Amino acid sequence: MSVVTIEGLTKRFDGGTVALEGIDLAIEEREFVSLIGPSGCGKSTLLRIIGDLIKPTTGTVGVNGKPAAQARADRDYGIVFQDPVLYDWRTVAKNISLPLELARWNRRRRNERVQEMMRLVELTGFESHHPWQLSGGMQQRVSIARALSFDPALLLMDEPFGALDEMTRERLNLELLRIWEASGSTMVFVTHSIAEAVFLSTRVVVMSPRPGRISNVITVDLPHPRTAAIREDPRFFELVTAVREALHLGSDLDRKLEGPAAVEAQP
Amino acid sequence: MATIAAEQPAGHRRAAATRSAAGRVGMLLLVLAILWGLWEGYRWLWIREGWTWPFVVDSTTMPHIYDILRQLFRNPTSGAGGDILLVQLLHAAWFTAKEALVGFALGASFGFLLGVALSQFRLLQRGLLPYVVASQTVPILAVAPIVVVYLGSLHVAAWFSVAVIASYLTFFPVTINTLRGLQSTDRRALELMRSYAAGRPSVLWKLRIPAALPYIFTALKVSATASIVGAIIGEAPSSIQEGLGGFIVNFNQYYSLNPENLWATNLIAALLGIAFFLVIVIAEKIVVRRAPENVA
Repeated sequence: MSVVTIEGLTKRFDGGTVALEGIDLAIEEREFVSLIGPSGCGKSTLLRIIGDLIKPTTGTVGVNGKPAAQARADRDYGIVFQDPVLYDWRTVAKNISLPLELARWNRRRRNERVQEMMRLVELTGFESHHPWQLSGGMQQRVSIARALSFDPALLLMDEPFGALDEMTRERLNLELLRIWEASGSTMVFVTHSIAEAVFLSTRVVVMSPRPGRISNVITVDLPHPRTAAIREDPRFFELVTAVREALHLGSDLDRKLEGPAAVEAQP
Repeated sequence: MATIAAEQPAGHRRAAATRSAAGRVGMLLLVLAILWGLWEGYRWLWIREGWTWPFVVDSTTMPHIYDILRQLFRNPTSGAGGDILLVQLLHAAWFTAKEALVGFALGASFGFLLGVALSQFRLLQRGLLPYVVASQTVPILAVAPIVVVYLGSLHVAAWFSVAVIASYLTFFPVTINTLRGLQSTDRRALELMRSYAAGRPSVLWKLRIPAALPYIFTALKVSATASIVGAIIGEAPSSIQEGLGGFIVNFNQYYSLNPENLWATNLIAALLGIAFFLVIVIAEKIVVRRAPENVA
């Protein structure tokens, strides 16, 4: 059964801007799917619609065979934003246990799970620190631990490493793969880094802007478990090239459709 | 693991804290000395040159600071017996502080609850907020006697009427800032709560209120000093003699004979206000856990 099923989805914002048009996508269990595209292609909007944080204009979104709203009410997914969005007044441990408190877990189970999560993201020993005492990369790991704490079947990530430096980003990519393999969750990952998308994913969904639509889907047939060495593999470069060409094709198409005005708007 | 700024050795941190505290006390003394110098310098210059603008300077309009301080250690009622002025004023300050404290507690609680209610019900906010604002345009001097007479007819103790008057000045900043704070919650933090399918009470209790605390404490600082002004003003129409308000009314009548008495009373009232303010600052340090750069 597909974890995410999107059929005939359109999103038109109040001002009349068409953010997404004709989106059809199915994401299977244990997949790692990246949504990639230039700014304004609606990839974050699509992620928010899957999470029922905003409503589509037309079309249906199913998560675990239920409407997205029901899936949200059932806490079927965890979400990680570009900023960690940790609560300053809570310690690291208390931040991770926030969703568990809301799901009315008792204190003992909460504490056990928090310890488990601290080990998973390798932050043991930082339980009683406050968020502002951690580095950006550590904060984002807390945010991932919080999203995974209640064991959701689906993890939605909106450019989670976009604000981090390249070194931290590559380390966290490896960690995320390890976490994905350990947790058994299905991942939907928004990014605008081609290398990151190829390195992490089982499938890369390439999107193009104005209006946002899916222009290509590329299956990544690199072996698992992935190590840093894969970044040197010729097949890795081929796939990166394929995604890059798909992205350029998408924006060329965009230029042809919209004429000279759109060309001027390109940076 | 990465090292963290907050994890310096404890000894260094303590030494740094002591240094910064010493620096602050030094700064305070310096500012006091400068203010003292300005007062006496102004006084000296205006008297020497005989300037009369904006007002005539003499020992009645601007007594020497040391005369004011010396007056604290004298008995203001020239007859034998009775305490020195400082002891009398401290008793009065204690009395007023109790009224102000009860008024502050009433006003702050009411103000907070009103702010929460207004934030939760948009219709209530639209209907009620104009009247909340209007309540503060009515001069407290006009409201005070009404409160005293009304509560007096219900056989409520006079000091409690004063506390109610103080609470009238206290609640407004708390309501406005609570409302503002509850409405300025980070959008993504709200989305996060939505993703957890959190109900309105949980969002309020676990996110909106903790996030609004810096706003609320800003209001509490304003209200803490306002509650003392309210208590002092409230004492006049209640004919309460024991508080600072009673002393001010009394010394006002004999100002031309003994201006130092009124100035000394003002000094004690100001110190009481500062003490209230500091209590809130300390409470804020304990309660509000925020990144250092986010503390208002």
